Amino acid sequence: MDSVKHLRFDVAVVGAGPAGIAAALAAADSGKTVGLIDDNPAAGGQIWRGAQNVQRHSVSAVWLERLNKSAIQLVRGARVFHAADGELAAESDDSAIQISYGKLILATGARELYLPFPGWTLPNVMGAGGLQALVKSGLDIAGKRIVVAGTGPLLLAVAAYARKCGAKVVGICEQTTRPRMARFGMKMMLVPGKAAEALHFAYELRGIPHWTDCWPVAAFGNRRLESVRISRQGQTSEIECDYLACGFHLIPNVELPRMCGCQLKNGFVDVNEYQQTSVAGTYCAGEPTGIGGLELALVEGEIAGYAATNWEDRAKHLFPKRARYQTVVRILKAAFPLRPELKNLARPDTLVCRCEDVSHERLCEYTSWRAAKLHTRCGMGPCQGRVCAPAAEFLFGWQIDSVRPPLYPVRCSSLAAIPSHSVPRN
Amino acid sequence: MNKPSEVVIVGAGIVGAACAFELAAEGLRVLVIDEGFPSTGATGAAMGHIVVMDDSEAQFAITRYSQILWDDLCDQLPAAVEFDPCGTLWVAADEEEMAEVRRKFDYYRERGVNAEILDSQQVRDAEPRLRAPLTGALRVPGDSVVYPPCATGFLLQKARELGARIIHGRPVAAIGAGTVRLADGTVLAAAFIINAAGQSAPQLSRGISIKPRKGHLVITDRYPNFLRHQVVELGYLKSAHSLTADSVAFNVQPRKTGQILIGSSRQYGAQNSTVDESILARMLQRAFEYMPDLNSLSAIRVWTGFRPATPDKLPLIGPSPEDPSVLVAAGHEGLGITTSLATAKLICAQILGQRPAIPVQPYLPSRQMTAEAHV
Amino acid sequence: MSESVSVRVNGKPVTVRAGATVAVAVLASGATCRTSVTGQPRSPLCGMGTCFECRVAINGEPQRRSCQVLCEANMEIEANG
Ligand SMILES: Cc1cc2nc3c(=O)[nH]c(=O)nc-3n(C[C@H](O)[C@H](O)[C@H](O)COP(=O)(O)OP(=O)(O)OC[C@H]3O[C@@H](n4cnc5c(N)ncnc54)[C@H](O)[C@@H]3O)c2cc1C
Ligand SMILES: Cc1cc2nc3c(=O)[nH]c(=O)nc-3n(C[C@H](O)[C@H](O)[C@H](O)COP(=O)(O)OP(=O)(O)OC[C@H]3O[C@@H](n4cnc5c(N)ncnc54)[C@H](O)[C@@H]3O)c2cc1C
Ligand code: FES
Repeated sequence: MDSVKHLRFDVAVVGAGPAGIAAALAAADSGKTVGLIDDNPAAGGQIWRGAQNVQRHSVSAVWLERLNKSAIQLVRGARVFHAADGELAAESDDSAIQISYGKLILATGARELYLPFPGWTLPNVMGAGGLQALVKSGLDIAGKRIVVAGTGPLLLAVAAYARKCGAKVVGICEQTTRPRMARFGMKMMLVPGKAAEALHFAYELRGIPHWTDCWPVAAFGNRRLESVRISRQGQTSEIECDYLACGFHLIPNVELPRMCGCQLKNGFVDVNEYQQTSVAGTYCAGEPTGIGGLELALVEGEIAGYAATNWEDRAKHLFPKRARYQTVVRILKAAFPLRPELKNLARPDTLVCRCEDVSHERLCEYTSWRAAKLHTRCGMGPCQGRVCAPAAEFLFGWQIDSVRPPLYPVRCSSLAAIPSHSVPRN
Repeated sequence: MNKPSEVVIVGAGIVGAACAFELAAEGLRVLVIDEGFPSTGATGAAMGHIVVMDDSEAQFAITRYSQILWDDLCDQLPAAVEFDPCGTLWVAADEEEMAEVRRKFDYYRERGVNAEILDSQQVRDAEPRLRAPLTGALRVPGDSVVYPPCATGFLLQKARELGARIIHGRPVAAIGAGTVRLADGTVLAAAFIINAAGQSAPQLSRGISIKPRKGHLVITDRYPNFLRHQVVELGYLKSAHSLTADSVAFNVQPRKTGQILIGSSRQYGAQNSTVDESILARMLQRAFEYMPDLNSLSAIRVWTGFRPATPDKLPLIGPSPEDPSVLVAAGHEGLGITTSLATAKLICAQILGQRPAIPVQPYLPSRQMTAEAHV
Repeated sequence: MSESVSVRVNGKPVTVRAGATVAVAVLASGATCRTSVTGQPRSPLCGMGTCFECRVAINGEPQRRSCQVLCEANMEIEANG
């Protein structure tokens, strides 16, 4: 049977993306013991995935260097799947881990929203961030034809990255309208540092068609993707490609915060000015409090780290900086609302739940997520609804209910090793 | 509004659904009302083992009758019901349990239930994942497994095709004297009212006792061919009998999907549906003792449910002691998926004044109940 | 540290750069990862461990998320796409 490890930290940080790294470093300044727990093989989160291989002196290299030199204990490849009574349960490849802590900082980041359309289950139709993550993990895309589609600034980052890796980006399909996109560009220019980023993207993406009012309607191929049909300002056309990288913006990973008892507001973790959640001693930073990008994640992380170690004045000092980047949350929200036409992409036989292969027409019979789940098995597979539930929320307007343990599938032996405080009664 | 219903059934769990199908098939105008949606209650949390049990003659009679009814129905069940005639393997870990295997074998055989005694080696051949050596086992090939929410959905669909109406999202506030009053003030009249509200039945019919008995279950990812039978330890009989202490037992079920459903736990007095980590750990440890390979399988979900338990562990089927115009069909404890079909037959016979296939007396809500009655 | 790692995907040798995930090796081999419950071929969607589309058997252990596991020399990978 697997071994069970016990760890104890003054401050435990879950998620080693930018927010978690910044939080851990700030907390470590106090001399307290800090643990940084992440399920990936290396620290960095989504944006700095594989950053070990990039040039020195970049922002990511500087932060990762600081992390390496710190006394922070990085617990890699460990996925937190349960939280109760001030303890976390995690699982790594070879053991179950029980983690107790004084203060807890949740920096669990975000994932992509995927919307079902005919053919979206074909191999080589991937998330936009998904393709990027695979390339960062070693996938060779040199010479491949790629269509990037969906919504939000991530599409630009992915297209630029793919091109840098030698791919031929055939086009970027952005579902939002041209005026919204233009306003977005203008507003971002006013956010510190973003003007330079925009110019950089404009340069890197030169010559690549960037279509607005444009989205994928269907993907085709025999056992793998061969072409995609897009709708562009009301006209449809078909494009041959090797990969379709498709994401409809980000959704926060609020499952662990919810299991910890943190209250949500409009789908995001509700925090006070010190990034403290409704649960005393539990903080949250980065995407779960609002989709706002790298800079906001970093500063929120620092504030949480200082606040968790009773360094309020240092935290306070960062409030104005955070306020500047919080405008990004509002700008993103205004620029990329999903258009109602996207609700009609799925055909009756289009699968919504990819784990259990549940089609759109089967879900149409039900009036709530719970009923649909119980009767069709939608969301009962190993992804536990992480892919289909947000899609169903968008398509049917359903409220997605409670979180249940384990937060991620884990070995039964790890489940049996959850720390427990209730004394057995016989 | 349509013609008034002759029968109003409160509760669209598997028991209410089975009653709806049976009564609609007899040509009665049926209305089913649920405060949630079908299978919101215990039915949506259950394991779905269709099993013949012998704690008492009455328990045997109703489970055996039900099993035959399920077999009669099986050709009609759609794939989503996941009917699987996998049989049950009752495993004995010591000589004391082996004696129980032999007793059970004689009992079943005398009553026409097919069963077979396996020795240690035959147990290994039947279920290679079980730890060796086990003393032996009883195989009951006629037992089966269903997916309860879809079984309920099927019964309701059949009822609908026969003219029954089903409304959900409407709580019933009170029943009695030929009327059903909904929480929103609507009052409906009916010649017969069936209280199939599961563990909430006592709130609508005073004078009956049903207590929730909490259970935990774990479902794994798909591992086709890992398991062939529903496998239950015979120690289960020792622990499940207890009416006060929390208990766990090894009880695993192969799903048609290739998933493994791992049980089981029984807790009295636990009102809260949250997962109890210590019971969960004990339940899994017990399972690993019998089937060590389970510990590396990926667990997808854990949930809890409440078995509606009566003091003598037999269901309540028949006129309410307080108001004979109401028929109670509730309190099926951990066997309601199995016994739903016979329950419907017994209710139907009482309404139509027919002679039922098995005597109804042991299940009448007005019976004398003592906790130890059957032991 | 060597620059590349060799593994086998459905018995076929595949070489990827050191640090590459098993998902990358599967894609490089030309295979797809898994067969869905209704028999469709599937390959990675999210690349970050949430979608479970990239499941394969690694050294005999089924249902592993290949996007979360780094290739190690001589790994036996079984993809069922
Ligand atoms: C797929 C994807 C690709 C992106 N690409 C870009 C890009 O190219 N450019 C850009 O500017 N922005 C990108 N972003 C946005 C960027 O990630 C955010 O702007 C910001 O950097 C997020 O920082 P974070 O620390 O809040 O979250 P993340 O970077 O998402 O970090 C969260 C970390 O927590 C881990 N985690 C979550 N739950 C658990 C758990 N229960 N147990 C253990 N670990 C856990 C995650 O695996 C992850 O490593 C991307 C986002 C996503 C989702
Ligand atoms: C963990 C567990 C495992 C089990 N395993 C098995 C097994 O393997 N085999 C087996 O045979 N049995 C099993 N059972 C037992 C079985 O689940 C129950 O006996 C059975 O589901 C009871 O069905 P029911 O229709 O009476 O109750 P329920 O399913 O609870 O249905 C009652 C319905 O009434 C509705 N209701 C309640 N009050 C009102 C009101 N005031 N107004 C309107 N509607 C109302 C509820 O919403 C609910 O839908 C198990 C139970 C549990 C908890
Ligand atoms: S690609 Fe989504 S979990 Fe691996």
